[in-house]
Amino acid sequence: MTGDMILLGLAGVIEAGAPIIIAAIGETLTERAGLINLSLNGTIILSGMVGFWAALTTDSIILGFLAGMLVGALVAAIVAFSSITLKQSQVAVGFVLAVTCKDLAYFLGNPIMGAQAPILYATPIPFLSEIPIVGALFFQQSIMTYLSILLIFLSWFWVSKTRPGLKLRGVGEKPAAAFNRGTNVVGLRYLYTILGGALVGAAGPFYTLSVKAGWKGTITGLDGIGWIVLALTIFGGWEPIRVAFGAYLFAFLQWLGLVLQSTLTFIPSQVLQVAPFPLMILALLFVNLGNTEWVERFLATLPEKLRVRIKKLIRVTRSQPPGALGVPFERE
Amino acid sequence: MRNTKNTARGRSLSFLFQLGGLVLALLFITIILLVVGANPLEVFSNIWQGAFGSTNRVANILVVWVPLALVTCGLLVTFTTGLWNIGIEGQITIGAIFSTGILRLFLDSTVSPVLVILLAVIAGIVGGALWAVLVGLLKTYGGVNEIFGGLGLNFIATALNIGLIFGAWSREGVASMSGTEPFPESFWLPTAGSYNFSWISIAISALGLIIVFFLLTGTHFGLRLKAVGKGMKSAHRLGIPPKKHMLLAFIICGSFAGLTGALQVVAVYHRLIPSISSGYGFLGLMVAMLINYKAIWVAPIAFFFAALNIGGIQLPIILKLDSTLTGVLQGSLVLFILLMQGVKQRVLGKS
Repeated sequence: MTGDMILLGLAGVIEAGAPIIIAAIGETLTERAGLINLSLNGTIILSGMVGFWAALTTDSIILGFLAGMLVGALVAAIVAFSSITLKQSQVAVGFVLAVTCKDLAYFLGNPIMGAQAPILYATPIPFLSEIPIVGALFFQQSIMTYLSILLIFLSWFWVSKTRPGLKLRGVGEKPAAAFNRGTNVVGLRYLYTILGGALVGAAGPFYTLSVKAGWKGTITGLDGIGWIVLALTIFGGWEPIRVAFGAYLFAFLQWLGLVLQSTLTFIPSQVLQVAPFPLMILALLFVNLGNTEWVERFLATLPEKLRVRIKKLIRVTRSQPPGALGVPFERE
Repeated sequence: MRNTKNTARGRSLSFLFQLGGLVLALLFITIILLVVGANPLEVFSNIWQGAFGSTNRVANILVVWVPLALVTCGLLVTFTTGLWNIGIEGQITIGAIFSTGILRLFLDSTVSPVLVILLAVIAGIVGGALWAVLVGLLKTYGGVNEIFGGLGLNFIATALNIGLIFGAWSREGVASMSGTEPFPESFWLPTAGSYNFSWISIAISALGLIIVFFLLTGTHFGLRLKAVGKGMKSAHRLGIPPKKHMLLAFIICGSFAGLTGALQVVAVYHRLIPSISSGYGFLGLMVAMLINYKAIWVAPIAFFFAALNIGGIQLPIILKLDSTLTGVLQGSLVLFILLMQGVKQRVLGKS
């Protein structure tokens, strides 16, 4: 394998990670406000199909993305309405939507299977793209990939450095206290759920119009991505930068699987293709272990010095969900 | 007296809201069909004909009813314990793999086929339970939410299954998506005459329904599961160890799933195929939600969903519509009934 090929592969990892990042940051914003939108797997497939259809009929990539975002926002609005206003289980509604939106996409998308919609190609940035290595990795990508990188820092800044971000965190951590300070808890939860859904909805067309261009029904290859995004949100500990790191790691592992497949032919290809999934479970185990009772009990038996050190390590690696995640808000 | 009157009124009101959900779901489907330029009445009558047009088709509904009712039974146990066993698809698959493994082991032996089938079914149950307890252990001792542990294990089970079909257990010469070499007829569960369903499968499913109904409504153990489902802390205070009960719930549900996978091998496909779970695990989750986790409704609603599945098969052939319409219909039905339940609670207050 030559250096150029590795560079090309890594640039592909940045590209493959981009839609996952956009969706995962969308879900992070939603969950930071205290809601879980479990519908992602269906939302991404449906928005991918609708975005593809919109771009196909209008010949406009921008309209394709907007249509996908609209679908994502609408599905998220159903989750928000049923859980905030109707007080139904978020998990139940989200799961039903995950399954139903997927079927709906395949049903409605049947006539446009294999059609040729416009494709979003890379737009190299002048001068920057000529920098050795860095230019090839980061500055010869599509506009959406640039936006995904921008979104990482923008969302991090918004959540942890601004006043509205502080409010968002308050709504997800201690909604009752936020309400007493005069925050519109219900309104903000609606807002961030729908906004997060719109971002998730941008990931669908990102695939069908660029990263995995085309709509091919059940073999489009979008099934499963939504579940990965949900797991990455946890792995990322609800922090945009860590979430993005997880997305790149996942894309990297998938690329590695493809590369190894051609060299290690004795391993069946199916095994390497799913290798990221057991790793995902292990990663979730790794970031969650510090929260379990028995680990705490075990730590209590260790000598003082060692305990303090391990606890420091756990504090860095573990993920702690927003305090009121999945808990409906009741005004007293 | 007044009390009974109130509950009777409440029940009929409940029924009205559920009917409203049904009407909304049908309305939604009608709009979708109009969007794609199909005649809704034609579609609905086609589904009806596809499901009940001949005794053969009704027999096929029973073929789907058995696995669907069985997985829903198992899922009621985990739901009662407050657990989302999304890993059920993988548990079905592993059950099928285990039972296929046993059948292959005895292919050239002189052991009585009845005994081999029995062993294969038991192996399926064990396999499903093992895959489920893995999710349970990740949840109780690893802090990994059962939804994500289960999903990850689903992907792994599918890969293992396809890996076996194309690898170690592939057909002589041609490994293909059609599955492994079919087993000799002596390893098949006998079917009812020329129909596709087996009375033994039906009996097993009925037995499962009865067991789960009594387990959840008539035993102390069922009450303890319910207490754990209501909240870990309060269960702990009552002296019920939540972790142990969660693991037991996973084992029971996984056993049902594994049994389902084994039956799909010995009674339906007579071999291992890539999509051996047929999505019945996720469909079972939907059925459980639709019946609000009440065991008494499993049999009829599973039959209704099975009828929709069979009824939709004809759609691509006759009306050139994708058969995923059935899934949209089932999903929107569950969604709108859930929403109407929320509307009811909002309009009438909590009770």
